[in-house]
Amino acid sequence: MPRPGFVLEVDRSTPPILFWRGENFSLEKLPAGRSRVIYPPEPLPALDDIDGAIRRALLNPHDQDPLPALLFPGMKLTIAFDDVSLPLPKMRRPDSRQRVMEAVLDMAAAAGVDDVHIIAALGLHRRMHEYELRHALGDRIFDAFHPRGTLYQHDAEDPDNLAVIGTTPQGEVLEINKRAAESDLIVYVNINSVAMDGGWKSITTGLASYRCLSHHHNPETLENTRSLMDRHKSALHQSVWRLGTVLRDHGPKVFQIETTLNTDMFPSPFGFINKREWEWNVKDRATFLATTKSLDRTPIRLARKIFHGIEGPHQMTSVQAGETDAVHKITLEHIFKQQLVPVEGQTDILTLGIPFVCPYNPDGVMNPVLVMCMGLGYLFNMYRNKPLVREGGVIIMTHPTYRDFNPVHHPSYIDFFEEVLSDTTDPATMSRKWEKKYAEDEWYRHLYRTGNAYHGVHPFYAWYWGAHGLQHAGKIIIVGGDAPTVRRLGFTPASTMDDAFEIATDVVGRAPTISHLHVPALLVADVS
Amino acid sequence: MKALQIDKKLGRIGLARLLSSVSTTAAAKVGPLELVSIEPPALPGPGWHRVHTHLAGICGSDLSTVEGHASPYFDDWVSFPFVPGHEVVGHLDDGTRVVIEPVLGHAARGFPLPFDDAAPGDGNDYAHLTRGHLEPGIQIGFCNSTCGGWAPQFIAHDSQIHRVPESMSDEQAVLVEPAAGGIHAALLTWPTVATIDRPIIAVLGAGTMGLAAIAGLHRYVPGARIVVGARYPHQQALATALGAELAVKPDELTRAVRRLTGSHLVGDHLSGGADATIDAVGSSASLRDCLRFTRPRGRVVLMGMPAEVTLDLTGLWHRETQLVGAYTYGTETMPDGSRRRTFDLAIESAQAMGFERLLSATYRLDDYRNALAHAADAGHRSAVKIAFDLRPTEKVSR
Repeated sequence: MPRPGFVLEVDRSTPPILFWRGENFSLEKLPAGRSRVIYPPEPLPALDDIDGAIRRALLNPHDQDPLPALLFPGMKLTIAFDDVSLPLPKMRRPDSRQRVMEAVLDMAAAAGVDDVHIIAALGLHRRMHEYELRHALGDRIFDAFHPRGTLYQHDAEDPDNLAVIGTTPQGEVLEINKRAAESDLIVYVNINSVAMDGGWKSITTGLASYRCLSHHHNPETLENTRSLMDRHKSALHQSVWRLGTVLRDHGPKVFQIETTLNTDMFPSPFGFINKREWEWNVKDRATFLATTKSLDRTPIRLARKIFHGIEGPHQMTSVQAGETDAVHKITLEHIFKQQLVPVEGQTDILTLGIPFVCPYNPDGVMNPVLVMCMGLGYLFNMYRNKPLVREGGVIIMTHPTYRDFNPVHHPSYIDFFEEVLSDTTDPATMSRKWEKKYAEDEWYRHLYRTGNAYHGVHPFYAWYWGAHGLQHAGKIIIVGGDAPTVRRLGFTPASTMDDAFEIATDVVGRAPTISHLHVPALLVADVS
Repeated sequence: MKALQIDKKLGRIGLARLLSSVSTTAAAKVGPLELVSIEPPALPGPGWHRVHTHLAGICGSDLSTVEGHASPYFDDWVSFPFVPGHEVVGHLDDGTRVVIEPVLGHAARGFPLPFDDAAPGDGNDYAHLTRGHLEPGIQIGFCNSTCGGWAPQFIAHDSQIHRVPESMSDEQAVLVEPAAGGIHAALLTWPTVATIDRPIIAVLGAGTMGLAAIAGLHRYVPGARIVVGARYPHQQALATALGAELAVKPDELTRAVRRLTGSHLVGDHLSGGADATIDAVGSSASLRDCLRFTRPRGRVVLMGMPAEVTLDLTGLWHRETQLVGAYTYGTETMPDGSRRRTFDLAIESAQAMGFERLLSATYRLDDYRNALAHAADAGHRSAVKIAFDLRPTEKVSR
């Protein structure tokens, strides 16, 4: 029986706590008597018969007819699926998307459906490489559909292949992939790693245009999204749900399939990551020492290759299908069952170890903008009710924050760092002054459409993702980061965690209380 | 008189070249530059004047000579031993304050002018630079016969002398010569950008010459949008103050030009790029970069003295890029078709744009090793121009 998450009050006997530092780790001693560590629940058991569970879900959907009843010869069927941004790290084959899609395709074939398109719902993310598509969907699907041009990736900049479904009462235009819009049925195949994803967000962002996304991917909305993991208190999700209502009322029929994963994220060589520090045995300590010392001496490119090559053993814990709202409600129950940890009250400081990867750099570089996005956008938002840190408190992150970018994946990020962040770090100002220029830059557009680049506007979205955290925190410190780069982000560099605590005293006084969000393994702090 | 003099001592030059990568001070100690006692040069004849140095700047070309990096190209165009110093403000025997246009042109060497009212730097044949009644030498400061500004006095010809306005300080005047060089480079961009409404002109490097070129572009190239690659924050601030629209670090310049021009980055070249570029560095790397971000059929003006470089010129060939040297000043054809002497433009500009702010520090002649070290490390030490101050002590203002 997996143990639930819990809050450890740090005392003198508490060992140093594991922190991510990009492509490495460190152990940090937190002050006794005023620090606490929020540990995630242990991984839930996987479904016993995953393929059987998928089939049962398709045949017994929620608030909708069984999938076979929706399929008929001559119909246009579009299957859309979540892109490479999750899960992290990528899961061992077969990927959940492959398993679900194979079951859907079997039923489509049995029903005589032959007009099937499979679309990667990547929104403004980068196009997936062939090896990533093969990993997510399996060779059989790739080889059957890709050569015929019926497996492809959504293009949010193709005016000939976008269609307007309708407009919300608030004036938000729902514009999505034309093939999907004109289909008799969209089957959406989802993987839910966090509560932010899934539901109407799947189609209304993954298959949407820039115009459509800009209704909610903006500073004002993100500053009022509290949090990204709590859809009922998220302005972003409220907008998305309004767009979902338009889709439901005026768009094609949607059959939503959502799956959840447990948090068994790292394989045995990195077993110490998944364990609580005081439970480390001699082997864990030796592995930790050997790993960190080796990584210290490993060229950064090789270290990245090692980490991005990891395939997580995480497994499916639930699968549900049917009407989007009904399905997503159940999905969230499973997500929170795996990730929710009750926590009492806020502290003055929140510490976060930033890993080598976030949803926007699979097989790429965790550039400085993404460090901000991961810390303030994702990890800070892993809460319900209230943030772990009080308003005006200090957020301390650990990451090398090198000034390094993947020019193929993140061309506009480089310019964003050099041009926009030199001018302003304020989301509202940069939105007003710079966003349009980047969104309409022909070179970025070309690279997004034909290469493997994130859309030109994406670094803005990554920055906006952290808008709430940026607004909430009184000071943000990065430990171990390249100092000029950290300053360009508008943050304060510190050499060590002790230095960071010392710097923080300017804001929170001499004996601040501290929360540490223990990642990896994902958790959502339910802060009372 | 005591003067700093360079002699052609091959062993010293070689040693200086070796040590310069470690320390300019060390290179100066063992190199070809020495503080020596010499006789003041004799006046060769009518039209020549004795100039008593007030301030004499240290130029990049001086440093490369002191450090033994000067190209062998110059071996036959200079005469040893010589006293460096071609950025000079001083006074004549009658007390008239002057700046010197240092090129030893036709008039100074006793040859007919290539055209009426030609400036010393004009003409399409350089034979006169090694002939006439003077020893070979392209300029004062590289000629054995004239001495140079790194001495209390030297000689100059009528054709080289420009009277300094009363309102102009020595600190402004010592920057006139580099200002003229920068303005000349700026005006060399004009033929390529003349038909463009708001031409984008990049400047790579923001030492004294780069900053002078920025000022020249701002004042004399109509509508120029100037984007600058400057390594140090003080250089970026000065570039902006002198008229640049944008100043970024050199490694950010390619992308800054891309953003301004809306071009694509294809491999390591821009698909389009700056209409013209001034390379104020003059190295393999700077030339390579300039060729990458200058548009096809654009022009790269090479102002920094390059010596030997290694370059892949395929891009130049494919893009039909013009690569033009910008050695020095003379008579300019202005955008409105009028003709002006560069030095006159430089005197106006140095005053109008407050060039005295570029003079960061002065040293006495006998403290030359520290002066050279400061000049060689100027950017890193938040400095721009370093000069020798040979005025009597009571007149030293900086």
